Amino acid sequence: MAEHMPVDKTFKLFIGGAFPRSESGRTFQLHSADGKLLANAAKASRKDLREAVKAARGAQAGWAGRTAYNRGQVLYRVAEVMESRKAEFTSVLREMGQTARTARSEVDRSIDRWVWYAGWADKVHQVLGTVNPVAGPYFNFTFPEPTGVVVVASPDDPPLLGLLSRLAPVIVSGNTAVVATGGAAALAAVTLAEVLATSDVPGGVVNILTGDKAELLPWALGHMDVNSVDLTGAPDGLADDAVAAAADNVKRIVRADPAGASPHMIGDFLEMKTVWHPIGR
Amino acid sequence: MTASPAFLPTTGGGPVRTTPVDAVALEARAAALCTRSIKTTSKRAALHTTIRCIDLTTLEGTDTPGKVASLCQKAIKPDPSDPTVPSVAAVCVYPEMVEHAVEATTGTGVAVASVAGAFPAGMSAPAVRVADIVDAVGRGAGEIDIVLNRSAFLSGDLGRAHDEIAAAKDACGASHLKVILETGELGSYDQVRRASMLAMAAGADFIKTSTGKIPKAATHPMILNMAEAIRDYADQTGVVVGLKGAGGIRTSKQAWHHLVIVGETLGSAWLTPERFRLGASSLLNDVLMQLQKLDTGRYSGPDYVTVD
Amino acid sequence: MAPSDKTPEPFGIDYAPAPESTAVVDIADGYGHFINGDFVESLSGATFATVNPATEEHLAYVADGSAEDVDRAVAAARAAFEGPWGQMSGSQRGKYLFRIARQLQERSREFAVLETLDGGKPIKESRDLDLPLSAAWFFYYAGWADKLEYAFPNRTMAPHGVAGQIVPWNFPLMMAAWKLAPALAAGNTVVLKPAETTPLTALLLADVLRDVDLPPGVVNIVTGAGVTGAALVDHPGVDKLAFTGSTGVGKAIQRAASARRIPLTLELGGKAAHIVFEDSAVDQAVEGVVTGIYSNQGHVCCAGSRLLVEESIADEFVERLMRRISTLRLGDPLDKNTDVGAINSADQLQRITDLVATGVAEGADLHQPGCDLPDKGYWFPPTVFTGVQQSHTVAREEIFGPVLTVQTFRTAEEAVEKANNTPYGLSAGIWTEKGSKILWMAEKLRAGVVWANTYNRFDPASPFGGYKESGFGREGGLHGLAPYLRERTGAKGRGA
Repeated sequence: MAEHMPVDKTFKLFIGGAFPRSESGRTFQLHSADGKLLANAAKASRKDLREAVKAARGAQAGWAGRTAYNRGQVLYRVAEVMESRKAEFTSVLREMGQTARTARSEVDRSIDRWVWYAGWADKVHQVLGTVNPVAGPYFNFTFPEPTGVVVVASPDDPPLLGLLSRLAPVIVSGNTAVVATGGAAALAAVTLAEVLATSDVPGGVVNILTGDKAELLPWALGHMDVNSVDLTGAPDGLADDAVAAAADNVKRIVRADPAGASPHMIGDFLEMKTVWHPIGR
Repeated sequence: MTASPAFLPTTGGGPVRTTPVDAVALEARAAALCTRSIKTTSKRAALHTTIRCIDLTTLEGTDTPGKVASLCQKAIKPDPSDPTVPSVAAVCVYPEMVEHAVEATTGTGVAVASVAGAFPAGMSAPAVRVADIVDAVGRGAGEIDIVLNRSAFLSGDLGRAHDEIAAAKDACGASHLKVILETGELGSYDQVRRASMLAMAAGADFIKTSTGKIPKAATHPMILNMAEAIRDYADQTGVVVGLKGAGGIRTSKQAWHHLVIVGETLGSAWLTPERFRLGASSLLNDVLMQLQKLDTGRYSGPDYVTVD
Repeated sequence: MAPSDKTPEPFGIDYAPAPESTAVVDIADGYGHFINGDFVESLSGATFATVNPATEEHLAYVADGSAEDVDRAVAAARAAFEGPWGQMSGSQRGKYLFRIARQLQERSREFAVLETLDGGKPIKESRDLDLPLSAAWFFYYAGWADKLEYAFPNRTMAPHGVAGQIVPWNFPLMMAAWKLAPALAAGNTVVLKPAETTPLTALLLADVLRDVDLPPGVVNIVTGAGVTGAALVDHPGVDKLAFTGSTGVGKAIQRAASARRIPLTLELGGKAAHIVFEDSAVDQAVEGVVTGIYSNQGHVCCAGSRLLVEESIADEFVERLMRRISTLRLGDPLDKNTDVGAINSADQLQRITDLVATGVAEGADLHQPGCDLPDKGYWFPPTVFTGVQQSHTVAREEIFGPVLTVQTFRTAEEAVEKANNTPYGLSAGIWTEKGSKILWMAEKLRAGVVWANTYNRFDPASPFGGYKESGFGREGGLHGLAPYLRERTGAKGRGA
């Protein structure tokens, strides 16, 4: 019997729940650590970013409008699907040059990280919200709400754990995300996209753009319908001017530990709303 | 103005609409008005207006012709040493004392008001209450103060509460009818607002806060609330209704803050005895002492004003 | 711009003038910067004048800070941070803050009169709002100083170091208190720049800081205009920036600070929707709308400048509103009965005048009560625009003056859509007696503060700050303490 000849995967973008090629028709080559060509991945353009932001904006109100319990379940479902595709994630990390042991470990930690954040969906409000004892006959409380559309510059290292550690705290509270990823780490992101597409995450909640982060981020930072940009995984060469453009619509710029985990990292993508109401009769 | 659910009819199919009241914001507004500072000439004017709007009241089981005669003298000439001090608006007494009051005040411009209608609870048969009013009018009372039937109002029988006031108005003939809501018993500003509209729709010439027989009485937010109801009623019907605060008004400062609230809510046109009254007894002497302070620059004392 | 026939006659009662005495205030001829515990002149010797906007009378000359002056102040703050303040226990820091709070309470009349003289706001507001809240802010944060481990459980927090703080002219002392109290409680030292039109109460506060023996350099105050502020923003020795002011300047500060990657708190402009439903407590809603836009002459970032009223009651509501507005007393800010004081500066008056002219030119209907404006000083009457559409400039731009626009809506959805249709997101107001509708609205409105059946309430325990272009970070409450602390490096969260 003839040996099965592998069918190579086409690496495309993930926008609004679909897998389009870049509108620009551009691709870039992804190689394994040992130099073998793995794929011609789509190289996202500024117009792809625009479409991804549009998809993210379109999905945001609905995602935020789900109950926290439901968002937690949707995230947990993602972890379930990841678990079933552990072998694939591990092989991706191995192709990037990790040993079997470290690859397995990173995949395990990534799944656990995601589960950890899934559990925060209906708890973070209680940790970050307050009831405030104002000096008057008013009931006054502060609770967090998602900031809106967040562009995430995914860290190159650790490729999978970094991606999940930055993405989960963005979407768990009801934000929608546009992930910009490049280089070998894009392999992990595209694999995650396939998981997201086959789990219960609504289209547009997570959008993944592979390509050159240094090219995409200035457009994200200048985009007037983006509320926040996570620069944790931004390339060193990102120009100060590009970051300064975030001020044009007072974006929330976040930089954090690429593999850290904390409810306060969820908090980085939250707005605090305070409501006053008189107490009378 | 368009009819809307914000202004629920208070009477059976009547045109009168009322609005909800937010207690905290109402009280905050009243407190803000009470920070108005009244100085020099406006202080004297406010004190004189206060006197001119007083219903000098005695409503005790121990009232006698002698007591009433003395009260009437005080009402006519509150400060015998100062002829510029005006008379009060009226004396307010029980029906049994009306003839004595009429005798003492005839020709002085001081009116005689009588409580009636089984004051202060109003818990007698409707016919008895009407008879009480007719009796007081017959004795010469130009103004009749009755109570709202809180029993009917609070049990939801707004029609009965309304119709009894209308019957009282009929019984008054040419005498003016003041309807006491006994606001301290109604439980909320919303209820007072509703009761105000109901009483006005039923024909009250004045709406009045309290009998003076229970502790919670004419507070500043309550006066504001009722003044707003009067303004709404005038807007809706063109009918002008007066406002009387009674119960617990003892100091000049309390009184002139009532004037501020009424003046800023209803306009200066309401700051006359025809449209505004303060039912009180000890208030008058506090006002007189304030006037003496304005005249002499010294603080006065109770020995320098007459007890009644 | 003749008032329309909607404008009612003045209505109300007469009050004799009741001016607050200015004898309690002693204004010096000139003021220096407050650096390292001493008042010092600018190195350049430059000064600027501050005037009473109600009379245009000169009040004092104030040192005009240059980059060198800012440098001296930052150096003093750094030394204090590395010296006594950095070493001090939280409880001791708290005691200084308690002392400041008490001093403000004891000298509140003096501060209130000075605030009104320098800024033009009615004395009843400086007396009843600015001063009590300023003291309360210090009192509240004083208590946090020795409880940081409870405020931020499972995290090891440390102050940033030197905080640069720039405050606006609308609530000069109160904004300084909002910024200083949490910064100091957290253990930072501060360089504060007051607004150039209203520097005097901050400088009087410096007097208090000396009286309570606050160590020199813990708080430094450098006076000046935009150049001084820019020098503070750009100073490499500043570890944390906080700014309250216009969105335009806020964006410039964010740009400038972005390269240095220092933490930033921005409390910027707003264009708040004040939404009135037909099932509201109408009289209180009228009052809330009036308070929302005319208090402090509308110089309030969270002013409810856009009235959205349900169409079914719009005519009646506007009628009630106009009647109420006709009772507002505009005039001498020192008069205890004044409701509407002077516009803060000639520049601001010009801006308001221009925007109102634009409103008229674009076709909105102007209503102003027939009130006399004083001959001297900067004044603008309470103004209402009806017939306003979402596209009108007056409905989109922050006017920062006593100007209300009125629009109507048919459904709650439409109200939310219109309310949120702005780059700002600081505050919003809702008036309805229906509880479930309040909560539905409160959830949908993209604003950091939602006042339901009330408006313009502030409290040190209550977080305040905006969404979108109204800024980020919160002031007040536990959330207002966090921006003045950083998580110590190496101390990571305990996630999976």
